[in-house]
Amino acid sequence: MHEFEYVAPRSLADAVAVLSRLNGQAKPLAGGTDLIDQMRMGRYQPGTVVDLKKIPELVRLELSSAGLRLGAAVPCRVINEHPAIASDYSALKDSTHIIGGIQIQNRASVGGNLCNSGPAADSSPSLIALGAVCVVTGPKGTRDVPVEQFCTGPGKNVLQPGELLVELKFPSPAANSGSAYERFIPRYEMDIAVVGVGASVTLDAAGETIISARIGLGAVGPTPIDATSAAALLVGKSATRETLELAAEAARGLATPIDDMRGTVEFRKHATGVLVRRVLETAIQRAKGLA
Amino acid sequence: MATVEQDLATAGSNGSGPKKYKVIGTRPIRHDGVDKVTGRAQYGADIRLTGMLAGVVLRSPHAHAKILSIDVSKALALPGVRAVVTNADLSDPGDRMCELGEGAVNLRHLNHNIFAKDKALYRGHAIAAVAADNIHIAEQATKLIDVKYELLAPVVDVVAAMQPGAPLLHADVYTDDLGEKSAQPSNVARHFRFEQGDIAKGFAQAACIIEREFHTATVHQGYIEPQNATAFWSADGQITVWTSTQGSFSVRQQVAELVGAPISRVKVIPTEIGGGFGGKIRVYLEPVAAALSKKTGRPVQVLMSRADVFEGTGPTPGSFIKVKLGVDAHGMIVAGEASLAYEAGAYPGSPVGPGAMCIFSCYNVPNGRVDGYDVCVNKPQTSAYRAPGATNAAFAMETVVDEVCQQLDLDPLEFRRRNAAKEGVRRVDGPVYPKVGLVETIEACQRSEHWNTPLEGPNRGRGVASGFWFNCGLRSSCSATVNPDGTVALVEGSTDIGGSRTGIAMQLAETLGIAATDVVPTVGDTDSVGYTDVTGGSRVTFATGWAAYLAALDIQQQLCARAADEWDVPAEAVTYAEGGVNGPEGRRFSFAEIAAKVNAHGDPVVGRGSADPQHCGGAFATHIVDVEVDPELGKVKVLRYTAAQDVGTAIHPAYVEGQIQGGVVQGIGWGLNEEYFYDVKGVMRNSTFLDYRIPTCLDLPMIDALIVEVPNPGHPYGVRGVGEVPIVPPPAALANAIAQAIGIRMTQLPMSPPRIVHEILKKNV
Repeated sequence: MHEFEYVAPRSLADAVAVLSRLNGQAKPLAGGTDLIDQMRMGRYQPGTVVDLKKIPELVRLELSSAGLRLGAAVPCRVINEHPAIASDYSALKDSTHIIGGIQIQNRASVGGNLCNSGPAADSSPSLIALGAVCVVTGPKGTRDVPVEQFCTGPGKNVLQPGELLVELKFPSPAANSGSAYERFIPRYEMDIAVVGVGASVTLDAAGETIISARIGLGAVGPTPIDATSAAALLVGKSATRETLELAAEAARGLATPIDDMRGTVEFRKHATGVLVRRVLETAIQRAKGLA
Repeated sequence: MATVEQDLATAGSNGSGPKKYKVIGTRPIRHDGVDKVTGRAQYGADIRLTGMLAGVVLRSPHAHAKILSIDVSKALALPGVRAVVTNADLSDPGDRMCELGEGAVNLRHLNHNIFAKDKALYRGHAIAAVAADNIHIAEQATKLIDVKYELLAPVVDVVAAMQPGAPLLHADVYTDDLGEKSAQPSNVARHFRFEQGDIAKGFAQAACIIEREFHTATVHQGYIEPQNATAFWSADGQITVWTSTQGSFSVRQQVAELVGAPISRVKVIPTEIGGGFGGKIRVYLEPVAAALSKKTGRPVQVLMSRADVFEGTGPTPGSFIKVKLGVDAHGMIVAGEASLAYEAGAYPGSPVGPGAMCIFSCYNVPNGRVDGYDVCVNKPQTSAYRAPGATNAAFAMETVVDEVCQQLDLDPLEFRRRNAAKEGVRRVDGPVYPKVGLVETIEACQRSEHWNTPLEGPNRGRGVASGFWFNCGLRSSCSATVNPDGTVALVEGSTDIGGSRTGIAMQLAETLGIAATDVVPTVGDTDSVGYTDVTGGSRVTFATGWAAYLAALDIQQQLCARAADEWDVPAEAVTYAEGGVNGPEGRRFSFAEIAAKVNAHGDPVVGRGSADPQHCGGAFATHIVDVEVDPELGKVKVLRYTAAQDVGTAIHPAYVEGQIQGGVVQGIGWGLNEEYFYDVKGVMRNSTFLDYRIPTCLDLPMIDALIVEVPNPGHPYGVRGVGEVPIVPPPAALANAIAQAIGIRMTQLPMSPPRIVHEILKKNV
């Protein structure tokens, strides 16, 4: 590996200053589970690594009536051990629970997963399903970016030089709502998503009719995909298998996967539909308080 | 070996009823166990020598290219760089064959594989290597080596490589076509044929004929420890090599040839080894480290990354296999015809020979013909992998057998039992079987709780398959010193991969009537133990165990002579029995007592044993697997697995089970997910353990091993090799189970979810 400098600013202002000053020659570090490996492989050769874990805003997890605020460097393990997240933001925990093993979960963060901007990132479809908003700060101030607009291509996102992701904001869950994430992997653990689907569903008080739904797809396009148009087909309908198949079929049409060592176009499109139906079923069960 | 034959008779271990052994068949803790579980055991990458430099190999980014020039001047100018070597720094051994114990290698090809000479023949082919003060400088320096390539079209598929007009790897390789040399150079290095009976007549008697084609992917052994080598070429020309290898003497021979030194100048010290499975016989890094050490005068260590291992070492071949099988109205095989084309990789020498010998090996096929093709492709030169060649062949044959049984409505185990190879049956390639245990493994399955428990539930299926492997004998040596405290220090030459030093020590202990823990085994280096062939061919417990048995007999004889002196009786009046020497009138010393006496005065007692046993006894296995297939996503869950195997005599049953379980797991990986995935440029896209998917413990049920003991009449304790045959049946057994679960016959490995879904969607259209 090449030689590099390490700095660990203690405030957002310091972090923005150092990232701005180094102008593209620095890489922010959260858990480092992607970055360190990419540096070892020679994909990135930053002159400086900027550790963000000493900045209070980035390691804060706050749950209130306004919703969830998740610092970008909070490790998966903290999320996994938070009972309220498991019940109110189930899809998020479904994701962080399967990112690596326990040692990786102690380091890896959802913010880092998002900023790495891999199409197959396990947390991204859940963030889309849960309607997360990214808080980005930089030399020109702070801005909000809806999570479905954050990634712009494989390994690419909207962050400008000097900018960093501070936190993710999630709205409070509606009554009678539930969410879930599931991925397809050829093995049973220690693998990367061939297709990943996150979904959230809100039912009416009777638990019969779908009031709203969101669906996020992973690993079937150059970025995580917001399958809003597929989810829209569910609104106002009863939660039957036929209804869910409609959304599944529409989601298949939104997927634009490639053939590679993890799967074929045929398989990924097919599996997208299967998983959309299965994940919606789980989310609906959770909305009904049954799972 | 007259004395051995006599002792064979008196040992009385040749299948005449149950044996009463004291040590054999027990499960003592392995001698190397504590060091391994506490992390103290020393592996190749743990070696640290004063002044040691780090070596890094530059590899070809292209699958097929002419090398126009290599300019190392910028690399040499980098501060901290001590030397750069290329093919020009190796000795040219000429166009000769060299026997490595389990298969021969052409030394010129080996030389060109260490460093490409004029052409890079696969992505990952080594081009040059740098030694520097640390690995970071060495890595940087490899990027400064300027290699000019002229790109050539690659061919990575065995069928494509056989077509006329395919990109040609070697201008000097012609087809040896049934003994005739082809007119033009070709990627097909060899075409051979085995025949017996009259297949036309045989197929004419058939009531059912099934003919199918199969494709299998290139797979890697996936040993956890990457290749490594540390070498020091001293000022007096003595070369010392520390390495992770299956055969230290084989490394000595190859290094001597490749660096142009006499064998006596090379000393190879084998470290502990983190798996080999056939992949650590041919050398890759050892001559590189030696050449760098010669240039720098300092010790040099070279380590592979996982990507280096996938791209730069020998996997086992992908293949294209055709099988046609004819069975008569009574359910008996009347004829078989097969054709096998195996990828050799960059240089000729795939295991298609053994594959062709194995394809009908589990059956009595009175009329048979088998054609084999050895085909060069732009992939790393293929290596042995646990029963090399047999798994591909069994996948094809055992699937066809299952389809025959399905068509004729025959029980697959009963069909196998009735048609099984047994004593007196002649294999299509010639040999006639001695006493073998295939029928016993089938009957063990028929009696098993697994087979007799109905499998219930949707999308579930049960499959069976059998497999064969030759095993081998080859040469082994050991010496054993009697210590004054009643123990024995045993030095043996087989590097220990699966607990073999304990299995060898147990055979010495049994023969001397002492406890296994009273034998302290050490794996010797090439200067401290007699010649010993590779740890391969399932031969170690058989042949090195035999050498230990001979060393024990030698000790017995010496102790009897010493006791005769002590008692002043004729030597022939003293016998060795019950763990001690016994003389006239009830005189007796236990082993510990006589050990103390012989060490107090007189000649030290050192036993020696060296062996080249011939009758290794083939190994057979029959497996049962239950699976459940996700009918929407094509994912196969292995629910239950039972593997019955004839092991001769289980010296250490726990390690026999370990070998069986390990082989099955590798076979499951091969069957379901493992494959080298190439892009159109011939570049492997999945050279990591993330995307090259070996099974994890979460993907597997407990593998139940049914040990069947049909003692090998060719060994004092009835040992047969056990390590290889368990990998042979799994892909076929899984394919047969999948067929039963969802009604789809998979003819391509791996049977990965995208492939199964493709077949499901095709069927549903």
